[in-house]
Amino acid sequence: MNYFGPGHGACPGCGFPIAIRGAIEALDGKVIAVNSTGCLEIVSSMYGRNTWGVPYIHSLFENAGAVAAGIETALKALKRDKEAHVVVFAGDGATFDIGIGTLSGMMDRDHNVIYICYDNEAYQNTGNQQSMATPPGARTTTTPVGKLQPGKIGKKKDMVEIAVAHNIPYAASASIAYPKDFQRKVKRASEFEGSKYIQVHAPCVTGWGIDGKLTVEVARLAVETGLYPLVEYEHGKLVKVRKLKQRKPVEEYLKIQRRFRHLFKHEMGKDILDQLQRIADENAEKYGLDA
Amino acid sequence: MRKVVRGFYAIAEAVRLSRPNVIAAYPITPQTEIVENLAEMYANGELGDAEYVTAESEFGAASMVLGASAAGARAFTATSSQGLLLMTEVLYNAAGMRLPIVLVVANRSVSAPLSIWNDIQDSISVRDAGIIQLYVESNQEAHDMLPLAFKVAENRDVLLPFMICVDGFKLTHAYEPVDLLDQETVDKFLPPYEPAVKLDVNSPVAMGCYAPPPYYMEFRVAMECAMERASRVMLEEFERWYELTGRNWGGHVVAENCEDAEVVVVAMGSVVALVREVVNRMREGGKKVGLLKIRTYRPFPSEDVRKALENAGKVIVIERALSIGAEPPVTADVKSAIFGLDAEVYPVVMGLGGRDIPRELVEKVIDDVMEGKVKPEKRFEGLNEFEEVIP
Ligand SMILES: Cc1ncc(C[n+]2csc(CCOP(=O)(O)OP(=O)(O)O)c2C)c(N)n1
Ligand code: SF4
Ligand SMILES: [Mg+2]
Repeated sequence: MNYFGPGHGACPGCGFPIAIRGAIEALDGKVIAVNSTGCLEIVSSMYGRNTWGVPYIHSLFENAGAVAAGIETALKALKRDKEAHVVVFAGDGATFDIGIGTLSGMMDRDHNVIYICYDNEAYQNTGNQQSMATPPGARTTTTPVGKLQPGKIGKKKDMVEIAVAHNIPYAASASIAYPKDFQRKVKRASEFEGSKYIQVHAPCVTGWGIDGKLTVEVARLAVETGLYPLVEYEHGKLVKVRKLKQRKPVEEYLKIQRRFRHLFKHEMGKDILDQLQRIADENAEKYGLDA
Repeated sequence: MRKVVRGFYAIAEAVRLSRPNVIAAYPITPQTEIVENLAEMYANGELGDAEYVTAESEFGAASMVLGASAAGARAFTATSSQGLLLMTEVLYNAAGMRLPIVLVVANRSVSAPLSIWNDIQDSISVRDAGIIQLYVESNQEAHDMLPLAFKVAENRDVLLPFMICVDGFKLTHAYEPVDLLDQETVDKFLPPYEPAVKLDVNSPVAMGCYAPPPYYMEFRVAMECAMERASRVMLEEFERWYELTGRNWGGHVVAENCEDAEVVVVAMGSVVALVREVVNRMREGGKKVGLLKIRTYRPFPSEDVRKALENAGKVIVIERALSIGAEPPVTADVKSAIFGLDAEVYPVVMGLGGRDIPRELVEKVIDDVMEGKVKPEKRFEGLNEFEEVIP
């Protein structure tokens, strides 16, 4: 049984299909999938070319949390709640930005939903505009590189912490470079009653300007540099962290992506590079990443 | 059982009797008391297996009933004004996805300026969404139309959301004697919901697909076809309702004293009761006046309107909403319905933002038209003298 694909139209080397397939497999296909508008939706749900092997619904860009909550509520009312896991697959734009209200409502009411944010760090479907998940320094079409601006100024929002602050039973970050770890987290999430939030780092070939063959490599470097720490919370307690034997300098991750390349030439690039290294160091400190 | 109750209770009670599975709610004046009453019923275990959820916003409430309906539940929500505008994106989506959700709009003006008082600008603003709209005159009508709304919306020939529009405060907060339905009667009329398709792991479907140009238009035209069928289905259900309860609400329109009328007043919602009173009194005085109550606004009953206005030389349309920069909304629809007939149409805008509509004003409006004192063009009645301030 194919739960997702073949036949989806994602770019060769795109990161998120690994996560979608992995999540549904981890749940043995017992999934009702709720999807927000974005790349995943567009590449998988064209009329007549549905590539989903599980029940699937897409409504809007910013309401996946509430739609999932409604489905879960209906299943409860109809006494069908043992049938399937309600699983959201939403982009970072849908999650960090425009849909944070409905996600917050869902988590606050603690609907029994697994919410998976595939984080490709910008609005990729509409051509790489910045989101609150875009890291500092990244070049997007709305944070372009110019004389006065070295790509995005600002920070990446910490959505995992925001999820944890809702007192939900489970929250974790993951990466498509560690698919076994991701699948374990999805399975673990399914063991809790209530809202679960998993954020999975999933590179975008075109938006990040990477070689499609290097997707997994790039994702792994994000973890190995400390920029994308893999953490796991149960009932608000940090229970697990992926330790790094030898944390790599952030340059190794940045220099192989076109969206960061200007940082090595731009007048203000040095400051951003320092900021990014500082973020990695702070992550290492906060989560005890260094083994 | 006949009881003097307030509108919001009559509505909530009819929702309960319709056995919804999911109710999602968010407060806004003057709708709030509807969902408060439902919350109380829920708290007291009177809603059966229904789930009642308080949303983080009307946008969330609408999205939850959308999701619930897609999963196969009978779902209800209610709102007003800003809340309806905030729901709008979801409501268009639900209609396009052919989900038979039912909502009550406690009609209220929209901001700015902020006003909690009644007109029908809110629901009129979403008339193009593919949602059935029915405007009621009384709380009895609101009460009766709830089971009917679910039945029509869920009919496989229809599958469109159904919106019952009830004038905020004027009806929702008014005490009126209402013949409250009993469960047996409602159960006889409204069977449990059997969704045509639903989200189900045992037979997976994809809902909310995107449609490129070779497909999109057909989906939208299919909604038109469904709306057209809704018109027939509604008439059948109105008839059934009459047989079951003995209450005859008429069809999509109710024409009173129209056959020989020189002037017919077209109205929707609670103002109908006032117009009827005025028309009846003028009739006693020998004036040839008629009333055309429009109940169903979407699908717009063009043929019924045309038939009722066939002999009217002059038509007054009472407008309680604007389409700023164009003909008021109901007038535009009435005009297109009677296109080619030899009738003059007088759009009269009144009652915006809760402005009082006194009986004498309605009388004067009719007299002015009868006596040829005014031209057949948009007029504002009950307007205070004011000076536009241009900064
Ligand atoms: C209300 C609304 N605003 C804007 C859009 C346009 N839009 C569609 S998808 C998208 C970005 C999606 O970004 P994300 O959630 O990160 O998913 P991705 O495409 O990156 O996978 C935008 C801006 C929309 N569909 N709806
Ligand atoms: S644009 Fe990026 S995120 Fe979208 S399908 Fe292509 S690689 Fe994947
Ligand atoms: Mg994105």
